Amino acid sequence: MEYQPPPFFKTGPSPLARLLIFSLLSFVLLFTDARFKYLESLRHVFSVAVYPLQRIATAPLAIANRASEFFVTHSSLRSENARLTQQILGNTILLQQHKSLLTENVHLRELFDARERTKIHSTLAEILYAARDPFTRKIIIDKGFQQDIRSGQPVIDHIGVIGQVTRVYPWLSEVTLITDKGQVVPVQNMRNGLRSILTGTGADGVLELKFIPLNADFKNGDQLVTSGIDGVYPPGLPIAEVTDVERNSAYLFARIRCKPLAGVNNYGQVLVVRQDSEAPERPAEETKPQRSKKPKRSG
Amino acid sequence: MQFSASPPQEILLPVRPAFIAATLVAALLLNLLPWSGLLFWIKPDFVALVVLYWCIHQPRKLGFTAAWLLGLMMDVADGSLFGQHALAYSILAYAGIVLHRRVQGFTLTAQVLQVIMLLLFNDLIMLAIRMLAGGDFPGFQYFLGSFVAGLLWPPLSVMLKLPQRTRPDPDHV
Repeated sequence: MEYQPPPFFKTGPSPLARLLIFSLLSFVLLFTDARFKYLESLRHVFSVAVYPLQRIATAPLAIANRASEFFVTHSSLRSENARLTQQILGNTILLQQHKSLLTENVHLRELFDARERTKIHSTLAEILYAARDPFTRKIIIDKGFQQDIRSGQPVIDHIGVIGQVTRVYPWLSEVTLITDKGQVVPVQNMRNGLRSILTGTGADGVLELKFIPLNADFKNGDQLVTSGIDGVYPPGLPIAEVTDVERNSAYLFARIRCKPLAGVNNYGQVLVVRQDSEAPERPAEETKPQRSKKPKRSG
Repeated sequence: MQFSASPPQEILLPVRPAFIAATLVAALLLNLLPWSGLLFWIKPDFVALVVLYWCIHQPRKLGFTAAWLLGLMMDVADGSLFGQHALAYSILAYAGIVLHRRVQGFTLTAQVLQVIMLLLFNDLIMLAIRMLAGGDFPGFQYFLGSFVAGLLWPPLSVMLKLPQRTRPDPDHV
């Protein structure tokens, strides 16, 4: 063995060697996360470490909101109260009609021996912040696995659908907005019941209807609701409005742009919807499945 | 032409590891604030900035492990791809450690340009990862944050060096 002088300064591996090690590790993580979904438990570990910081960072805003709530004037409270009372009166009539319609619907469904509509439960959650990732449209809400939030549940606000829970942490969850590129919701035109698929474009406030034949009956101002055939979104939730229909015979499909109804970018409270539905049995697979785990995006 | 533009070196007290940790946590907190609207685009990446500062000024104290772990935390908080920030921060740490003598040779204002280039490279790595993963180019405002971070560099350097300054000798007249 050759004699080596003792190292004068112990510095460990060279920076380049370290860089290679850590880059390799990152690449492994990136690849596993992008292609497979095996790293959720590792993510949970880090989310527990970051959670207190996330709460501290969002606390000032919450406190400021509370403080501004405290300093409302008497007159503004009174006017708001009057407005709300009026609104309640208006809603009561609708609600009574709705109740009678609901019972009538149940009777009719019994008569026709149709499957009962699934019941919907909801959890109120507060939006903590919009995720700071310029490539996706996501928000973080303050309820998670501990509050029975599960991946795949739709999220609505008081106007309509805003998105879907795509990742659940112990006390927080990530909601992918419907405007995210690649987020897909099956919808139905309220005017004539035509079904279609609504996809996000990645731009704020722009959605697109995909694969609509040129002669299909879609007009500006048509209201779209969820069709519910996916078993993920409950049927009949308002989601978007058609704003622009472009029929160019050079293309196979019409280009239909819509705008989301709900305040997709607003801060506030949202409802996470859970429906206890027994989905009908899946048809038997014809061929052997190549992959056991499919990505859980709605379709 | 004058080549002796390098600032006079002052002898500083050794930095306390607790102080480094505190600045990193503070940077993480700043990053986690609910930025939105225009602020979202001009928001500098504070963690990248502080990691770069310590890699340039204390290359033996802050290493790859800290940068990498901070990157993973940012990935979880941002909901981005797992490992995206981690990879970018480790490359940034490498650049900082390798270039630390060169950057320290410049005056504070001249350092700004160097720092902007390094942070832009940091942005480019993340952009490349996301576009390979199928994302869209978010527009050139994506790079604005790094320029703002560059402007923050001189005040940050002065601020983070304060605890290391030797106190004036009280016996000195």
